Amino acid sequence: MVTREPEYFPPPNSTVAHLGRHVLFFCRAVGQGTLLLWYAIRASRYVLTKRTRDEVVMQMFAYGIKSLGVITVVGLFTGMILALQTGMALSQFNQEVNIGTAVMVSMLREMGPFMTGLILAACVGSAIAAQLGTMVVSEEIAALEIMSIDPVRFLVLPRLVAMSVMTPLLAFYTCIIGVIGGGIVGATQLGVSWEAYIDNATRFAMVKDLYVGVFKAYLFGLIITTVACHAGFATTQGAVGVGFATRKAVLVSFLLVLVSGYFVTRLFYA
Amino acid sequence: MIEFRNVTKVLSGRPVLNDLSFTIQKGETFCIVGASGAGKSVTLKHMVRLMTPDDGHILIGGDEISSAEGKELGRIRNRFGYLFQSAALLAWLSVAENVALPLREKHRLSEGEIQRRVHETLEMVELENDGTKLPSEISGGMRKRAGLARAIVENPEIVLYDEPTSGLDPVTSRTIDRLIGQLRAELGVTSVVVTHDLHSALAIGSRIAMLDQGRVSELAAPDAFIKSSSKEVQRFLASQYITQDAPWERDAK
Ligand SMILES: Nc1ncnc2c1ncn2[C@@H]1O[C@H](COP(=O)(O)OP(=O)(O)OP(=O)(O)O)[C@@H](O)[C@H]1O
Ligand SMILES: [Mg+2]
Repeated sequence: MVTREPEYFPPPNSTVAHLGRHVLFFCRAVGQGTLLLWYAIRASRYVLTKRTRDEVVMQMFAYGIKSLGVITVVGLFTGMILALQTGMALSQFNQEVNIGTAVMVSMLREMGPFMTGLILAACVGSAIAAQLGTMVVSEEIAALEIMSIDPVRFLVLPRLVAMSVMTPLLAFYTCIIGVIGGGIVGATQLGVSWEAYIDNATRFAMVKDLYVGVFKAYLFGLIITTVACHAGFATTQGAVGVGFATRKAVLVSFLLVLVSGYFVTRLFYA
Repeated sequence: MIEFRNVTKVLSGRPVLNDLSFTIQKGETFCIVGASGAGKSVTLKHMVRLMTPDDGHILIGGDEISSAEGKELGRIRNRFGYLFQSAALLAWLSVAENVALPLREKHRLSEGEIQRRVHETLEMVELENDGTKLPSEISGGMRKRAGLARAIVENPEIVLYDEPTSGLDPVTSRTIDRLIGQLRAELGVTSVVVTHDLHSALAIGSRIAMLDQGRVSELAAPDAFIKSSSKEVQRFLASQYITQDAPWERDAK
């Protein structure tokens, strides 16, 4: 199911054929990715076996805790940038104190999940794609299949579970750090006191904002893992192929995070 | 036990297997020799359905694996152990954990039982002191032996070996040869051995097939094989200094 037969397509003989082939490959990849996710969901009854549990914890550590440093820096500066930009605009109307709401809401709804998604796509998506790609190239996936060990259950499921837990948590963490960053800018650059800032930030943010952000992050986690696993499993052509797979995983999940983020916002707020 | 019926496979627009037919009997040690790129690994991959023939049928003890799906395929595959050319050990698991993997994932065994089986199997391939090392910390030949241990730990009926002795020193190679012979004698395992090493093929094989351009160009028992009139076979034999007057040792068998 996961191991692919080597494929061969004779070189296309016109530009149209070339283009058509790319479109077809794209559609096929979408289908395969969706199927992969479905297989993983179908395998989720094995989530509570000891091995899967251990593996999930290990992956949560490897992907979540190890990205904490870079996420902290990114979250802090995202909040600072947001505060500075809105603060400068608001200061024309003497409304600086409202940066609290601005930072809080946009971090919760948009920037927290989005920034987390980007970082995880780069750090985790690439790592997953490279690892699975290498396993394909060194015939480890084929070995699993011959031993009748389902690679989806063995490799995809723990990663998917780990990421769908870690991404919302990390996104929430990014929000908090971002709000702190905004507060720092408020206190040092815009003359907004901490008390006023926090009061303003917590007064207008709604629980819905939190839900939407968490849902988004969860979705991003699924997208990044599925795309990376699919790209890894689809690796051909040895070490070069692993490079291609990694690049593809990062690019595609980046774009999907961006686009799906927009549509989720529209779904809930427009 | 394993039957190829007119199997044809085209890879990258080039026929690799070309109307290939042969039958491997139960309990036999069937050696496949041939030049690099002759399609030996591809033939083995067809036996476990890592590749599907474009044309023709492959039967494993009466079940057609070339069209099996899902559970049925899993059931047929469970009869096999497969030693990959590259060993294919999982890089993040220790040697012992790699060997234990099929036991842990598929059978409900107690931890003690698993440890005992793993230790026993590692002893057979003389790796009992390296169980805790990672695959990246051992030599290529040791990896191959670890892969062999993983292939046989479940006591499969059929074991496929893709170049079990390439990259091993001559002494260890003979150990592996003896092991293959021992599995056959004690457990009645059917073995298919792809090899470049004619000495070992002649020593352990009950029959030897020469693969050339996707076809079996010679198929004979060792005694008849070295007397073959086929040009390729004679060239192959001569390249490893095997002549009809000075044959090989057979004590490994
Ligand atoms: N995945 C693949 N995609 C395309 N062509 C392939 C693939 N695998 C094998 N081939 C082609 O099939 C032919 C036979 O390959 P195979 O790996 O079976 O050779 P081999 O007999 O095992 O050689 P060696 O002794 O070097 O291992 C080669 O010419 C190779 O180009
Ligand atoms: Mg080969």
